[in-house]
Amino acid sequence: MSEEKVAAKKEKIPRQKMPEQDPKVRARNFNEVPYGYTPELAMKEAERCIQCKDPRCRQGCPVEIDIPGFIKFIKEGDFEGAIRKIWEKNALPAVCGRVCPQEVQCEGLCILGKKDEPVAIGNLERFAADYQRTKGRQILPPKAEPTGKKVAVVGSGPAGLTVAGDLILKGHEVTIFEALHAPGGVLIYGIPEFRLPKEIVAAECGYLEKLGVKIEVNSVIGRSETVDELLERFDAVFLGVGAGLPIFLKIPGEHYIGVYSANEYLTRSNLMKAYDFPNYDTPLVRGKKVATFGGGNVAMDSARTALRMGAEKSYIIYRRSHAELPARAAEVHHAEEEGVEFLFLTNPVRFLGNDEGFLTGVECLRMELGEPDASGRRRPIPVPGSEFIVEIDTAVISIGSGANPLLTKSTPGLVLNKWGNIVADPKTGKTMKPRVWAGGDIVTGAATVILAMGAGRLASNSIHDFLTYGW
Amino acid sequence: MFEIVEREEMAQGTIISNWIKAPKIAQKAKPGQFVILRANEKGERIPLTMADTDPAKGLINVIYMVVGKSTALFKTLKVGDSYLDVIGPLGQPTHLEKVGKVVCVGGGTGIAVLHPITRGLKQMGNYVYSIIGARSKDLLILEDKMRKVSDELFVTTDDGTYGHKGFVTDVLDKILSENRDIGLAVCIGPVPMMKFCAKMTKEYGVKTLVSLNPIMLDGTGMCGCCRVQVGGKMQFACVDGPEFDGHEVDFEELNLRLRSYLPEEKLAYDRFKAAMGHTCACKS
Repeated sequence: MSEEKVAAKKEKIPRQKMPEQDPKVRARNFNEVPYGYTPELAMKEAERCIQCKDPRCRQGCPVEIDIPGFIKFIKEGDFEGAIRKIWEKNALPAVCGRVCPQEVQCEGLCILGKKDEPVAIGNLERFAADYQRTKGRQILPPKAEPTGKKVAVVGSGPAGLTVAGDLILKGHEVTIFEALHAPGGVLIYGIPEFRLPKEIVAAECGYLEKLGVKIEVNSVIGRSETVDELLERFDAVFLGVGAGLPIFLKIPGEHYIGVYSANEYLTRSNLMKAYDFPNYDTPLVRGKKVATFGGGNVAMDSARTALRMGAEKSYIIYRRSHAELPARAAEVHHAEEEGVEFLFLTNPVRFLGNDEGFLTGVECLRMELGEPDASGRRRPIPVPGSEFIVEIDTAVISIGSGANPLLTKSTPGLVLNKWGNIVADPKTGKTMKPRVWAGGDIVTGAATVILAMGAGRLASNSIHDFLTYGW
Repeated sequence: MFEIVEREEMAQGTIISNWIKAPKIAQKAKPGQFVILRANEKGERIPLTMADTDPAKGLINVIYMVVGKSTALFKTLKVGDSYLDVIGPLGQPTHLEKVGKVVCVGGGTGIAVLHPITRGLKQMGNYVYSIIGARSKDLLILEDKMRKVSDELFVTTDDGTYGHKGFVTDVLDKILSENRDIGLAVCIGPVPMMKFCAKMTKEYGVKTLVSLNPIMLDGTGMCGCCRVQVGGKMQFACVDGPEFDGHEVDFEELNLRLRSYLPEEKLAYDRFKAAMGHTCACKS
């Protein structure tokens, strides 16, 4: 058969959809939305990959996974081979397969996407990881000889876990310090169960522990111990503490009961499992009419959580239009399917409450779009006299996170930018403080899981060079 | 795991003192700072300001009132049992300095928080007037410990069963009017007590510190749950506090927000009492 015919034949297989829960059913439960591929579906999807010699998908991956390489193993039914290939570059595949914005990364560059739909790389990565976790043999990647060097990783989110996973394989001793009582950072407190089951985060952290990474929870670096104290015990320190400072709308009435930052709303629901109150002890207001302010992934997570907490109405209030929504396409789609109502071109001006302090509504203004602003998106402009009131009993403010100063303020020698983010070399993660690296949201401002992992990768390479060659 | 090595019931069993093995925290903790505790995997994260520490033995002391399910659950922990998580020290330490004469006012379990601060102020060389109050004599705690670190100690009870009959503000008024050279007041207790103390010290123009106890979650400034208005600005009690200028705090707002989960708290506590076979006739 000629190559042309092979290509033509392959293109006939349509992109395989992951089976998922019915929107009406899932909008009321916290179980994961997609069920994942079966081995048959995965192998069928893997067959669509044409194994480009110069794979563009790989250029779109911040941690440079050998994408055609692992897909080839899946196609052949060698799922252990697939996970080994992924592990060469990524310690958290079950997470990335679920939360990466593949449409603007690997899949966005897939050559098949030019005429047809791209290979479902994210779904396949997720399949390989899930298969290994649930059905695979107990295997671990090979580890280098011990170097005797010690690295402290502050923060157990995606950046920190990546650094830890990389450096432990290179033979260094790694200890992760986590402020909360469970490791995972935003993966455990922020991203909801229905999008990323906590059991999976625990398993990925458990995998690192099996490799020899020590995880010390309940360690608030900056308070329980300072970075300078860590430098006395460790050869290098990586700071991946995340953004971690809620931004409020700064409008009147934000003190009313029922007004939450997305960080609080999601932490209560996810980390503390408030959705299972009173079986778990931490409560969360179960709003009947909930408005989430903002248009990113966190806003989608909050609005969808509200539905699962029993809301009759769950609004997304966003000051721009559908086209400007910064959330991952799949998240917007899922939110729409589940019945989240979008109020576009709408901006809140004040919250309203009753005498007992409970939230009763929000006054909003209509907006129209003007010229593009610094972010390249069209700037929303208020329409005078367009005030109207939306009745709500719960508000979730999800307009981004700033830089939490708890660690940075207690660390002399770190240089910060005007927003309080740590200044670090974008190619190496080196900060202005000797033997200290940083990466993820505390450097870039709030971004995505995979970008934090990419930053972790660059930093771990630089830390390894420093520990090996002294620079 | 954080083991309880000493346990004492105070105020008719309504207030519990625990000495907990937490060497790292004991090394670092300063007066005014707090810890977050969790009893078990399903438990809430409960913030408690430390009442004392023993760095040599690696121990910290927390004293709490039993007010709901989580504290009732804490109460069931005996010597030898452990908290699952203890996180800290958190928050800003009290700024201790010599100002001359100071007055320290404590109500209820606030006295436990007040004690190490009072001791610190005394060690700095201040002349310390202390006023401690409770609803009734058998609910008063730490009188002896407070007496040791005060130059003059005054006790009030609402029902007059011990000391002055009335409120701590009655005695505060007297001390402030007789000593116009008092440079600092520290008032820690229930929100209404702190509010009225701060109102009074403002009239006398005496700088006043209060220690706030809003609902908290992470304790590291990440969630904004503990936001309070201080001087018209939003502050997070967990990282900017827990101590603030009492003349600037919006106590009304603090009080409202403390009521966020009253129905949920009642539900959880009722379920817990039913499960524990609670049979007494108390209404709560």
